[in-house]
Amino acid sequence: MDTRDINVTVNGVAHARKVESRLNLADFLRHELGLTGTHVGCEHGVCGACTVLVEGYSVRACLMLAAQVDGKQVVSVEGLTPANGLSPLQQAFWDKHGLQCGYCTPGVLISLTELLQTNVSPSEAEVREALSGHLCRCTGYHNIVAAALEAAERLRVGK
Amino acid sequence: MAHMSATTEQAAARPPRIVGSRARRIEDPALLAGRGRFIDDVRVDGVLHAAFVRSPHAHARIRSIDAAAARALPGIRAVYTARDILPALSRLRMPLGFPTQALPEGITPFVLCPEEVCYVGEALAMVIADSRHLAEDAAALVGVDYEALPAIADCRDALDPAAPRVRLEAPDNVLTRFTIAYGDAPGAFAGAAHVFSESLSTHRGGAHPIEGRGALAQFDSAGALTVWSSTQMSHDLKFMLADMLDLAEDLIRVIAPDVGGGFGCKFMVYPEELAVAAAARLSARPVKWIEDRAEHFVSAIQEREQYWDMQIAVDAEGHILGLRGRLVHDQGAYTPQGINCPYNSATSTTGPYKVPAYALEVFVAQTNKVPAIPVRGAGYPEAAFVIERLMDRVARELGLDRALVRLRNLVPAEEMPYEKPLRNRAGAPLILDSGDYPACQRKVLEAIDYAGFPARQAEARRSGRHVGLGFAHGVKGTGRGPFESGTVRVSPSGRISVYTGALAMGQGIRTALAQICAEQLGVREGDVDVIAGDTAYASLGLGGFASRQTVTAGSSVHLAALAVRDKAIKVAAQLLEAAEADLDLRDARVFVEGTDRSVALADVARVLRGVPGYALPPGVEAGLEASFHWKTEALAFAHSFHACEVEVDVETGNVKLLRYVAIQDSGRLINPMIVEGQLHGGITHGIGNALFEYMGYDREGQPYTTTLADYLLPAATEVPRFEILFHESPSPFNPLGVKGVGEGGTVPVAAAIMSAIDDALAPWGVRITEAPVSPVRLLELIEAGRRSGCAASLNQESASKTTVISRGAAPELALRAVDVVQLTDS
Repeated sequence: MDTRDINVTVNGVAHARKVESRLNLADFLRHELGLTGTHVGCEHGVCGACTVLVEGYSVRACLMLAAQVDGKQVVSVEGLTPANGLSPLQQAFWDKHGLQCGYCTPGVLISLTELLQTNVSPSEAEVREALSGHLCRCTGYHNIVAAALEAAERLRVGK
Repeated sequence: MAHMSATTEQAAARPPRIVGSRARRIEDPALLAGRGRFIDDVRVDGVLHAAFVRSPHAHARIRSIDAAAARALPGIRAVYTARDILPALSRLRMPLGFPTQALPEGITPFVLCPEEVCYVGEALAMVIADSRHLAEDAAALVGVDYEALPAIADCRDALDPAAPRVRLEAPDNVLTRFTIAYGDAPGAFAGAAHVFSESLSTHRGGAHPIEGRGALAQFDSAGALTVWSSTQMSHDLKFMLADMLDLAEDLIRVIAPDVGGGFGCKFMVYPEELAVAAAARLSARPVKWIEDRAEHFVSAIQEREQYWDMQIAVDAEGHILGLRGRLVHDQGAYTPQGINCPYNSATSTTGPYKVPAYALEVFVAQTNKVPAIPVRGAGYPEAAFVIERLMDRVARELGLDRALVRLRNLVPAEEMPYEKPLRNRAGAPLILDSGDYPACQRKVLEAIDYAGFPARQAEARRSGRHVGLGFAHGVKGTGRGPFESGTVRVSPSGRISVYTGALAMGQGIRTALAQICAEQLGVREGDVDVIAGDTAYASLGLGGFASRQTVTAGSSVHLAALAVRDKAIKVAAQLLEAAEADLDLRDARVFVEGTDRSVALADVARVLRGVPGYALPPGVEAGLEASFHWKTEALAFAHSFHACEVEVDVETGNVKLLRYVAIQDSGRLINPMIVEGQLHGGITHGIGNALFEYMGYDREGQPYTTTLADYLLPAATEVPRFEILFHESPSPFNPLGVKGVGEGGTVPVAAAIMSAIDDALAPWGVRITEAPVSPVRLLELIEAGRRSGCAASLNQESASKTTVISRGAAPELALRAVDVVQLTDS
């Protein structure tokens, strides 16, 4: 079995692991670290369910190998979640019914976190563009968009 | 009047109504925090991983299987073929999901295919290994010697008596043939002012929840089996496991964890679920299988491939006199459940309209493709597509307004409930139970400014833009019975629980049931725990299908909550020495109205728990709990009317949805926010069916759209903001007055969008008769319109010239005839 040693910081916690070279990042997070909030929907980089932040940028965890995050910072949905309660984005999703089955939601939250970090007042079109790398079969995106705009508004007011 | 004001005061003293409120969902905080527990998140020690060997041929005989190389890999625990797995099973072939005498024997799938694979993706062996990686490595090394056999991919070709057989065991490719008919169709057509013929088709697509299927089976040391499955039917899975594993039901528990969407494809017990349990038995270790997307494309059910050759007879004013024709339904290679899809299609074609005479001959044809069972809509979207496209045709031919033609034929509100001369598959009369279809049409057309559209369209055309407006009705039978289980229990600790056989797969059914329960017990929805889809908590259940659970489980929980409420009041009256009529429930306590005297529900529950050797209060049974199996044979018909504006780019064929307005009548709403969400998702599924989703197979039955880059699901950039309106006509057929909503959003969408595209492309005489319609197809139609000099040539056909059968030889001679009356138990 071909393996690599990696050091990676996930949600602020440092991990030193020996991983199989072919292990992808999504499986590493889920099965090696037990961070099952990151979901796998297609394993070919289309559905976006597995999206996480690597060095602050959104990536498909199914298209990246665990070995490639050696020395890097990774944030998954668990890392977006405060110790008590929900983040403003998560709260807006709850208030606006931005999720149904919840399977695509973690990846969507990651991409919108990235968007809202760089664009504090996105337009609806910009939100939809940011969501275009995600497939959701439940919501028709309507309330995801509404939740993202609501979160942006709350974050602006909060500041 | 005094009585009325007293009632008003009483209402004011009570907490705000919970049923009907836009309560946030109790499901959400865990899901948002990444703490959901989906099938692949369930951890058990010592689990082994399964991968399936699937047929690359649409039809082939298995000559031999050589698993030696696979078995020799390190980390491989077993390779099971059909022969190897049979010792763990009572038999290899699965029983028919919905047993009926009306279908022949030998039509269901095998747990693992033993001899003759009949579609690409059919599983014939499974590898059990220490990891999924290793299992897939080994699966690739399993050598199968196939003798390729001729395959049939097109269900119309399958009807040819000379066609190769889809399965060699079957006498021909027609699973069954039946006729749905009433009235005097020949007379209606003979006397009609106009008869129009149309051939229409809808293609097959997948359900594609973002979470695929998956199952995990574990036997404990005492031989008890626990199966976790991403399923819409945990009880059926339990019963089938008992049957197929020859295991006592008391030894089996099936748990549906968080389910990442279903949309129909998980409302079936699959071969893989049984194979996983059998493998756990043989290997004496827990075994898990998680479907990947590639497998979903070739082994999870699909639906909607139908070909309709129809005629409509109308009078000079466009009143429908009769409807007749032929439907060919693509069933795929096996029949796991029955023929509910084509039956639904055939009995819902008349939709919201009054149709005096009807005759439809239905052929259920088998093909070498993935089997068909319902995907969101279950035959209704196809039928709505047919009748709504025909209504547009009538309007165009007669030079009448599309809205007017519909108004002339809709069942009017004053005729509700309206019994159609049709029966549902329970054998009960098909009754449109309530609604005001004309009013709904009017409201939506006002909202989208239909009256002002011609001016907008002319303005757009002047600047070279091609916009169109279209609309369509849909009715969907919801709340299908016969029952769903519901138990309400107040524990002595004060926790309130609801147990149900209903299945939560993202719709928010836990919240809806919690609201229904909370309303009666004077608590908030967040005070109620809802356990759904776990067979340890409910002995019976049917699960999630046919937009049924708010109607069926909702009614059971409502009645159970009322019974618990009555019981609490009866006991509290004794504890508080007050009259029952003076008591009411709020804040989880029973109060004497107008006083501060009260007793907690928890205390009532403690009294009813009993004290050893002492008497219970007189006149009540033990336990502050109640169970109901509210029963129904009728369907609650939800109604939708959708209108949309589109813009078609005539250079690229791209269709952009500019506006989408939908009205939904799902009776009384338990939670309007959840209902809106269901409609957004349902409409988007319909948009996929109209414009994007096409499960392609070549003539040999090879699928060629097996990634999400080839099979297109609508994304956020393809769908508009939705404008949702409600009309609430409570169903008279259930105690809550509710109707289902999960599928209603999908039913009229393709018809409405095609109507709008036709309107936009009227200068080229484009008439769309198929779904989906791709940009390339639109360009072909525009080009054809250009060549024919377009415009005009919408000549009416004379009745005597019309032909119904458009393709292939008439297959009557070779077919088994089944009287529709005998199908009522399917």
